[in-house]
Amino acid sequence: MPLRAKVASSVSRTAAALSRAAGRGDGSVIGGWIGLKIDPDLLAHLSAGRAIALISGTNGKTTTTRLTAAAVGVLGRVATNSFGANMPTGHTSALAKAGSTPYAVLEVDEHYLAQVLDATEPHVVALLNLSRDQLDRAKEVAMMAQLWRAALVRHTDVRIVANADDPMVVWAATPPPNHDHRIAPPHVTWFSAGQRWHDDSWVCPECGSTIQRSGEQWWCSGCPLRRPEPQWTVEDDGVVDPTGAWHKVKLQLPGKVNVGNAATALAVAAEFGVRPVDAVLQLGTVSSVAGRYAQVDRDGRNIRLLLAKNPASWLEAFDMADVAPTLLSINARDPDGLDTSWLFDVDFAPLRGRQVLITGDRAYDLAVRLEVNDVPFQHVRTFDDAVRSVPPGRLEVIANYTAFQDIRAELDRVN
Amino acid sequence: MSTESLRIVWIYPDLLSTYGDRGNALILARRARQRGFPVEVLEVRSDQRLPSTADIYLIGGGEDGPQALGAQRLLADGGLHRAVAQGSVVFGVCAGYQLLGRSFFAKGTLCAGLELLDFSSDRGPTRAVGELAGEVDPRLGVPALTGFENHGGRTHLGPGVSPLARVTAGVGNDGATEGAWRGNLLGTYSHGPALARNPALADLLLRWATGVHQLPPLDDTWSDRLRAERRAAVAAATRA
Repeated sequence: MPLRAKVASSVSRTAAALSRAAGRGDGSVIGGWIGLKIDPDLLAHLSAGRAIALISGTNGKTTTTRLTAAAVGVLGRVATNSFGANMPTGHTSALAKAGSTPYAVLEVDEHYLAQVLDATEPHVVALLNLSRDQLDRAKEVAMMAQLWRAALVRHTDVRIVANADDPMVVWAATPPPNHDHRIAPPHVTWFSAGQRWHDDSWVCPECGSTIQRSGEQWWCSGCPLRRPEPQWTVEDDGVVDPTGAWHKVKLQLPGKVNVGNAATALAVAAEFGVRPVDAVLQLGTVSSVAGRYAQVDRDGRNIRLLLAKNPASWLEAFDMADVAPTLLSINARDPDGLDTSWLFDVDFAPLRGRQVLITGDRAYDLAVRLEVNDVPFQHVRTFDDAVRSVPPGRLEVIANYTAFQDIRAELDRVN
Repeated sequence: MSTESLRIVWIYPDLLSTYGDRGNALILARRARQRGFPVEVLEVRSDQRLPSTADIYLIGGGEDGPQALGAQRLLADGGLHRAVAQGSVVFGVCAGYQLLGRSFFAKGTLCAGLELLDFSSDRGPTRAVGELAGEVDPRLGVPALTGFENHGGRTHLGPGVSPLARVTAGVGNDGATEGAWRGNLLGTYSHGPALARNPALADLLLRWATGVHQLPPLDDTWSDRLRAERRAAVAAATRA
């Protein structure tokens, strides 16, 4: 590593440690920010010599990154940005902090995938899904798929693990028709992890025709784009690998969604030569991910935290939650997106019959939504009010990003 | 009303439903049922024929590609034009508002609109993203408009339409006016579930569709709180 990079890396670690010691944050961003100021190529320097996997998509990337890091851990030490700090500053912090490791598994914000591909030259990139998320500032879904595709044709040596169920992802992972045939197309492994959300992929990104669906199959009515045959699939509570072998997945994380995330993690780890039979037990060691799924006992209530950031992830949260009193908390600060209209893309009907409490900066938006949805609710001002309003036992908390962080802070930054 | 029940058609949810557009159909249906009107909501996909006998048609927002495709399909189908000729109510939001006009821009190309309202849209210098508020045309008898806008277009009204509102925050059509209406047709840049924040606008559409001029009031406690909270937020942002 060049001297400048060494200095930058050392200062980065110190800043992160200071940030944690001062109680100002978990240090997962500030260290990288300072390091990159000193050496703009620090991320590339820190990546050199490591076998790296990047995990990107709208939903599930933090959890899938955590599961993949556990799976790859079978082979040796793994650097990872496990706090969900998923932009280049976060990657830089994570690699600087980990020191020398043979492997790294990095969660990447979907907007930064091109930049991080260039800087880290990964061995494999996993493309999970693309759906509407904070459209007031995020790129529209089709535009995001276009950016991914343009980045990936510049890196045909990177192995791709991609979701066969998401037309936008399949299109992004497939070279364009005018791809230079002298350059080998990328090596793609397809997985199917079940996709509940279809509302952002009714129009073909290639030709603009309607995407048809029947069961798990989908195909474009106007061009050859269609669902590829997946090599990795979910069956019951297990994962089927490309040889057809079924592996039971025993997770501490709730929901079918996480069995799908486990399938993705096993597929990515396999690209490093990890056998699923060796990795599958490691997946069971993951109990919570940056506070998500964490359980905290307070005043006789067992509080479980679920993060839901956008329509697709709300559907997943309802799948994971027990039938129990449920607190919903909604903010619309910068990291959440300032627009709450997505609330009407979520059908809250699964909550009927449960005691529902609402809170957060934008509780009134949620109130109007729930009223139209015929879901009775009670508005509470604070998290403590919510806890006092439910009987002893399980309290499910489903919150969007900053609302989730607020509640996590109330619970002493539970991990 | 054309039949026993109030028929609401949500046009092309497969194309034009970018952000919570379903909310407008849900809110209209709920407010009609609470007044005792039986309601049917039909979701008509872009590969289906559009019925021309419904009472209210809703067109939502969408990305450029789906917007252009939606306009082509609606022009080819002709059902919406027949419905409008028979006096049906149309409520267009964002991309769905733009395509009611003479022309609009999508993916850098000029696209033919439905020519149901006298305006045309082009691209503005910046994307308009944020809270949108305005004083509604007093002839409509509706309190202040509140919403969230997210669009790159600017809309230029012709003499054949009136602005829905005079902008007090945000951009709307051009920074001065927002939305447009004529007869039973109304469009707005207040995107997504615009009626959630503007229940009086929902009731206006219901009055147009049913011909009932005095609809019984409903309990709008939560909408009122939401409107007050948004009004305060816009005022605070303006002072800052």
